[in-house]
Amino acid sequence: MPQTFTYVFDTPVYKGTSSFSTGIFINGKFQDGSEGGYIDVINPTNGKVITKVSEGTAKDVDVAVEAAQKAFDTVWGLNCPGFERGKLLYKLSELMTAHADEFAALEALDNGKTFGWARKADIEAAIGSIRYYAGWADKIQGNTIETTKDKIAYTTHEPLGVVGQIIPWNFPLMMISWKLGPALAAGNTVILKPSEFTPLTALLMAQLTVEAGFPPGVVNIINGYGTTVGHALSHHMHVEKVAFTGSTLIGRKVLEAASKTNLKDVSLELGGKSPNIIFDDCDIEQAVNWTVHGIFWNHGQACCAGSRIFVHEKIYDEFLHRFTEKTKSLKIGDPFAADSYQGPQVSQQQYDRIMSYIDSGKEAGATVHLGGSRWGNEGYFIEPTIFTETKPDMRIVQEEIFGPVGVVIKFHDDDDVIRQANDTVYGLASAIFTKNIDRALKTSQRLRAGTTWINCANQLHAQIPFGGFKQSGIGRELGEYALQHYTAVKAVHINLGHEI
Amino acid sequence: MAASIQVTVPATGNKISVPTGLFINNQFVPSVDSQETIECVNPATEEPIGSVVAGSVKDIDVAVAAAREAFKTTWGKNVTGIERGRLLNKLADLMERDAQVLGELECLNNGKPLKIARDFDVGDSVACLRYYAGWADKIVGQSIEIDSKTKFAFTKHDPIGVCAQIIPWNYPINMWAWKVAPALACGCTIVMKPSEFTPLTALKLSELIVEAGFPPGVVNTIPSLGSVGGAALSSHKDVDKIAFTGSTVTGRKIMAAAAMSNLKKVSLELGGKSPHLVFESADLDQAANWVALGILYNTGQDCTAGSRVYVQDTIYDKFLQILIGKAKELVIGDGFDEKSGGGPVVSKVQYDKVWSYIESGKQEGAKLALGGVKRSGKGYFVDPTIFTDITPEMKIVKEEIFGPVLSVGKFSTEEEAIRLANDTTYGLGAGLHSMIVSAHTFKQVWVNQYNLLYNNVPFGGKKQSGIGRELGSHALEEYTSVKAIQWNFGEKLDWPL
Repeated sequence: MPQTFTYVFDTPVYKGTSSFSTGIFINGKFQDGSEGGYIDVINPTNGKVITKVSEGTAKDVDVAVEAAQKAFDTVWGLNCPGFERGKLLYKLSELMTAHADEFAALEALDNGKTFGWARKADIEAAIGSIRYYAGWADKIQGNTIETTKDKIAYTTHEPLGVVGQIIPWNFPLMMISWKLGPALAAGNTVILKPSEFTPLTALLMAQLTVEAGFPPGVVNIINGYGTTVGHALSHHMHVEKVAFTGSTLIGRKVLEAASKTNLKDVSLELGGKSPNIIFDDCDIEQAVNWTVHGIFWNHGQACCAGSRIFVHEKIYDEFLHRFTEKTKSLKIGDPFAADSYQGPQVSQQQYDRIMSYIDSGKEAGATVHLGGSRWGNEGYFIEPTIFTETKPDMRIVQEEIFGPVGVVIKFHDDDDVIRQANDTVYGLASAIFTKNIDRALKTSQRLRAGTTWINCANQLHAQIPFGGFKQSGIGRELGEYALQHYTAVKAVHINLGHEI
Repeated sequence: MAASIQVTVPATGNKISVPTGLFINNQFVPSVDSQETIECVNPATEEPIGSVVAGSVKDIDVAVAAAREAFKTTWGKNVTGIERGRLLNKLADLMERDAQVLGELECLNNGKPLKIARDFDVGDSVACLRYYAGWADKIVGQSIEIDSKTKFAFTKHDPIGVCAQIIPWNYPINMWAWKVAPALACGCTIVMKPSEFTPLTALKLSELIVEAGFPPGVVNTIPSLGSVGGAALSSHKDVDKIAFTGSTVTGRKIMAAAAMSNLKKVSLELGGKSPHLVFESADLDQAANWVALGILYNTGQDCTAGSRVYVQDTIYDKFLQILIGKAKELVIGDGFDEKSGGGPVVSKVQYDKVWSYIESGKQEGAKLALGGVKRSGKGYFVDPTIFTDITPEMKIVKEEIFGPVLSVGKFSTEEEAIRLANDTTYGLGAGLHSMIVSAHTFKQVWVNQYNLLYNNVPFGGKKQSGIGRELGSHALEEYTSVKAIQWNFGEKLDWPL
């Protein structure tokens, strides 16, 4: 029997008790992993174990696929009308709202982000996504198509079947919602692997799907490792589609696995090294504020982080000064302290990786303009760090660091900065700061990125699609666009009189 | 007059409080300049239920001004789609909570059976609100390529503005939901004129508008006579759009008034004389069920009522017998009686109208296969009536009766069937009962079923049955107007050209 995790929160920002099963969730029930293993969940503020959760393996994936297929063939998929699916999703969003503070606390506990940010950004966005897709469930329409008088032709957009979803640790609940929303609205059944670093909110979410009334087998959540559970999902012959959010490195493996097995549909949302271009005709104060948000939000652990900051030479000194002062004012500390802006990075692994990038920057001769060191004596805290005087081929300029490390680069003309901004294998997001609308539009048009933020950064809305150009990904999440990856088009031809 | 009336539900003795004032800016108020009232009658007993304020032309002005102010300040582009969706979902929750009370009020004022009012009228209305709540944050325009080096164009689907909505008495709650939901989802504000026969549920629902949290002025409710409030809205210079469901006769007046005033956008959902075609390959028992539903549901008071049926000659006698049997199974009685499958027609006016058609059928030589005998006693009850041996020129065949009166004809070939079916100025619904597929020229064609409507499937008429569509995503087009924005970021204009 899997253990129940019970945690009493007694903090300045939240007091309450959270309690839920730590089992893997298959066919509406929590159970032990088939090999009886466990994964420790670590508190990144101090490196200590919070609890352990059941570990799923490839065998559990097989069982889940069978359950999910059965549900798809009997009570879900085309057996369940869209408005019923919508009702369940809406109910789920109401339950999430009732548990919003609890979700925020759990997120802060195993991820390290502050309770405040979790509550107002992650949890609100997660609830919003589920509500948004609840509204799509009965509106998935095909076309009727004119050919000749002798034919009625139409398309239907049908669910694919059992889909696998692999999500990262940086926005756990939000990532669950971005994935479950469109998949369930479209009528698929789901097997979702949360990150082994941040399984807590996924477990509470699993419980809520039962309370909301989703039939067993429709939603399955299996904690485990990428090399076992993730691998199994990507290779499974009866999983019709896999959606992966994470590093470009692993994204390749997922795509390769699909190509070697059943050519399952693959959508990928991968890394980025997004440019933030500050022109000399911007509102400097706003540009500074958005730049801080662009790179330091979520401790830099965002795929769309504006990590390369290009500043026009005319305003470079002033911008750098203001940006530095603003960054210095960010408070690092316990995620449950009321005034903390930034908590620890999620894990030892991530901490080591980021620190090694910082070292590489120092070794390559870049200037550490601010930060560059560990913060505090325990946990995985890193000071917000700003590098200047970089060269384009430096690793800190080319590679995704995924930490609170921004690189500030001076530029003199539009063509040159656009060339530099595009000079990357990535193409996830971009930001432009200028008051000149011609410049804004022209630049946004020339940037090879899936999102262009004009006079803002890191703004996500359930209605607006999000995804990457080039090696930042395949496909789009959010908006109506996400539904395309969870439906297959069937064309039906009805012959009314053509005889041969 | 008193601010509210206590309406007693005869079957249970429960009392329902109904506000009597005009609903403007989230408050119930007296008329600014009139003492006129509207008396509501229980059609099953002919007893009065109570009276409400009748809005005057001046009251319409006040309501339109309130709607305009809300559109400019708290609604329209000042509220996000997400918020509009949230409020619509909240309203749906409240309607669901109050389904029993709303059902009772509807049964009392309209006559339809309570369980149908509660489970179908209110149930479908709740689903309609939820459906459009889901659209509210999904109203998208297009981005359009012109010349990527210099130009960018895009469209926005803006809310059209202040919308007048005039609804009929046959499905008071359901018609209210069909109108209110898409208009609010798109960001429009509303002046709603419910039917003077059945204003009570619209007033009760206005209380829920407040409870849900809609800002003042977003929805306004003015019970009024058609010739007063309806006419005032149709010709009002500050109303951007009018949506009307009712008779074709009145629909014409509304369109004319719109043309003569400010060319406001018009959508009309009017009458019908919808035919069924029963082919020899049909499952006759099923077809008879659907045909019976088509003319007897809501006691025939339905714009899509299947009021003509043409039966293939090879199965005519057999089908007619089955159909008569089905019609006899329907019990028409007081809506609060558990046994009633249908209620009275809504008013004395309608009762007299339906009976005059039945008389004309007899006089013009049609044969009565069922019904045709008036009941004695109180209540506007009309029993299922079936005429046979019809000819195309008979009034009962050409004109919309709006009661449980069916005309049955015969055909031999498919061409003849289609010709008979299309021989009408209307074009709303049609039922096709056959195992063989065939093309048809009606707009709302049901194959091997009838009269079922779904919130996500568009509904509306061709020819003189109407203009525009309700339900589905198409309803959104009625409440938005497309703005195209062309953005030049790279072209310099030489002058002179």
